[in-house]
Amino acid sequence: MSKMLKTFRKGGIHPPEYKLTGKNPVKILPLPEKVTILLSQHIGVPAIPVVNKGDTVKVGQLIAQGRGFVSASIHSSVSGKVVKIDSIPDHTGYKKPAIVIEVEGDEWEENIIKSTDLRKDITLSKDEILEKIRESGIVGLGGAAFPSHVKLILPKNKKAETLIINGVECEPYLTSDHRLMLEYGEEMMVGIHILMKVLNIRKAIIGIENNKADAVCFLKDISSKFPGIEVYPLKVKYPQGSEKQLIEALTGREVPSRKLPIDVGVIVHNVSTAYAVYEAVQKNKPLINRIVTVSGKSLKNPSNFVVRIGTPVRFLIEAAGGLPENTGKVISGGLMMGKTINSLDVPVIKGMSGILVLPEDETKRKSIEPCIRCSKCVTICPMGLEPYLLMPLTQNGSFYRLEKQMVLDCIECGSCSYICPSNRPLLDFIRLGKTEVTKLINERK
Amino acid sequence: MYGVIIALIPAVLASILYFGWGAVIVISAAVFSSVLFEFLIQKFLLCKKTTIHDGSAIITGLLLSLCLPSNFPVWLIIPGSLFAIGVGKLSFGALGNNPFNPALIGRVFLFISFPAKMASWPDAQGFQTQYVDANTGATPLSIIKEGLGKGDSISHLMDKIPTYQQLFFGNMGGSIGEVAAIALILGLAYMLLRKIITWHIPVSIIFTVVIFTGILWLINPEQNADPLFHILSGGILLGAIFMATDYVTSPMTGKGMILYGICIGILTVVIRRFGSYPEGVQFAILIMNGFVPLINYYIKPKRFGEEVTNG
Ligand code: SF4
Ligand code: SF4
Repeated sequence: MSKMLKTFRKGGIHPPEYKLTGKNPVKILPLPEKVTILLSQHIGVPAIPVVNKGDTVKVGQLIAQGRGFVSASIHSSVSGKVVKIDSIPDHTGYKKPAIVIEVEGDEWEENIIKSTDLRKDITLSKDEILEKIRESGIVGLGGAAFPSHVKLILPKNKKAETLIINGVECEPYLTSDHRLMLEYGEEMMVGIHILMKVLNIRKAIIGIENNKADAVCFLKDISSKFPGIEVYPLKVKYPQGSEKQLIEALTGREVPSRKLPIDVGVIVHNVSTAYAVYEAVQKNKPLINRIVTVSGKSLKNPSNFVVRIGTPVRFLIEAAGGLPENTGKVISGGLMMGKTINSLDVPVIKGMSGILVLPEDETKRKSIEPCIRCSKCVTICPMGLEPYLLMPLTQNGSFYRLEKQMVLDCIECGSCSYICPSNRPLLDFIRLGKTEVTKLINERK
Repeated sequence: MYGVIIALIPAVLASILYFGWGAVIVISAAVFSSVLFEFLIQKFLLCKKTTIHDGSAIITGLLLSLCLPSNFPVWLIIPGSLFAIGVGKLSFGALGNNPFNPALIGRVFLFISFPAKMASWPDAQGFQTQYVDANTGATPLSIIKEGLGKGDSISHLMDKIPTYQQLFFGNMGGSIGEVAAIALILGLAYMLLRKIITWHIPVSIIFTVVIFTGILWLINPEQNADPLFHILSGGILLGAIFMATDYVTSPMTGKGMILYGICIGILTVVIRRFGSYPEGVQFAILIMNGFVPLINYYIKPKRFGEEVTNG
């Protein structure tokens, strides 16, 4: 690699990578006895159940209908009997409506093509594809789980020039996207072509951090068969997987404050999302499973699993060797941005890319010291904010000033809390501040 | 904070090498009394959790001692430390709230209260230097200042001061910590490498001093010493590397730091050249400490996505 690799310019950090499972091929997890499928898996309104208690369902059958524009439909990930439709606590601890299905056999909807042959020809029209993606309940699989069809319908007077495919996976530990690119690379490439067709775009760029050199090489090799798709290795830096940072790294364009990527002519989708689009459009398969990295230094067998949506987290941890005794914390998502889960009974959702098990000694809260104004948080904030200032402004309730200091631009990457030598929980307070400022703005309307 | 202490080790060693027991006594007295006062005040006066473990009192003590003469009496070091810790730091609350560099506050307090003691500078005579009866002499800066005052010219005065080589390796009269440029530069290299500080402040101060004194020198070399002399003599390196870079009392953004550094550089030269004291870097830093809140208020980092508005 002779020429300098690109990365985003402002700020950023280098946490240890801990990619323990980068070389572990994806394993298919056996079916659990019961799945709990949450009706709100994403930003937006929950879906409405279209089955009743006692109904039998098949794999891929619609069980809850999305309503409104920003909402995605939900399908059964198993075959069996609906035993409960009720509210259960999700990974954030709040109760959410869910459908519980007891697993019987593994019977799929007839129209789903189960063979693994690559289907390269895209026969559907633009509108048919869009409808298919909407129907299949596809959401952004990188973590935010924003319904994908919404991102594909462009506002009038806006034009997309470039499709960026996010294969950065900058979070420590996580390798689900890495494995997907290696093992389902061609399918993903077809998925990207489908997205390009919908968006009427000629050019797509896959951004991949260079710690996944094997994926970069492999995709570069096959990209000759997929015109219009380029593969770009990027210098490793956190949080490169964040949309705004990735766009800047690849195109040099900065999405202005409170604007969307489309405002600089870019649309971003995750590699797993591209794969899910392939499955939906070419195989009629709705989003019923995903790859989840189950990792942690104390785990016996850290692994990448293909998991049916709704499988309890406990089931995954057991398959990875069971919960070690000294476990202090289990996190859903990545180390930097993930959330601690309080119960192993919470189900896997569409946006859950990883489950991390951390031993006690790594999760102890270090004592919080006063700010020594070392300016490290300012230097590393990728959004050019001043975390040291935002925290006391939140504590004092100065929300008007907080808004002036552009707190809403914070992408919640956690770099500031990570770097602070005084162990100040900067992001915790900034999140709180963001909620309050959002309220303030809504009241003004 | 302990990284700063490590970075100060070369300077401490150099000072012991040049000033012998005098340096050992002054440094230990200042460090010990600073830590002790921090402990006593926090424990018994403020009844708060003590924070001596953060190492900042050690740094304050070290920095204070490094800008004192090596024959400085211990009975004066103690009130100096008390002033630095008590007034300079703890009177504003805990670490992180003090607007001025505590070590400089202590030093200025001593300078104003005991000017005579602060004007006799033992010559660096190696490890044998006596603590009490050392040969004292003027610092290079005061030789120049006084000489120019009497109407001497630079080319004539240059014979009276140490060579640049001596300045660089520390063979001159002066405070404990400012005599060996090389030791201070080693400390700077360490702090930059370990990312304890960034280049902005030291580089902008030194650069400004070089440019400013260079202009004066070019205009009239008979009345103004050359830039290299200015950098190597006196407290500019100690100030630029260790005092002005103090986290608590310096700006938060790169742009702010550069502005702060440039202002310190200009003020230092103005005081040296036109003021009544031979050395100005300490006052320059303290004055600019006072402007830091203003700098932080007006100079913001470039926000992501902000239009670049320079034409
Ligand atoms: S303020 Fe927000 S964007 Fe900046 S480092 Fe902290 S979490 Fe990341
Ligand atoms: S990193 Fe922590 S100690 Fe340093 S300025 Fe930010 S909040 Fe203060």
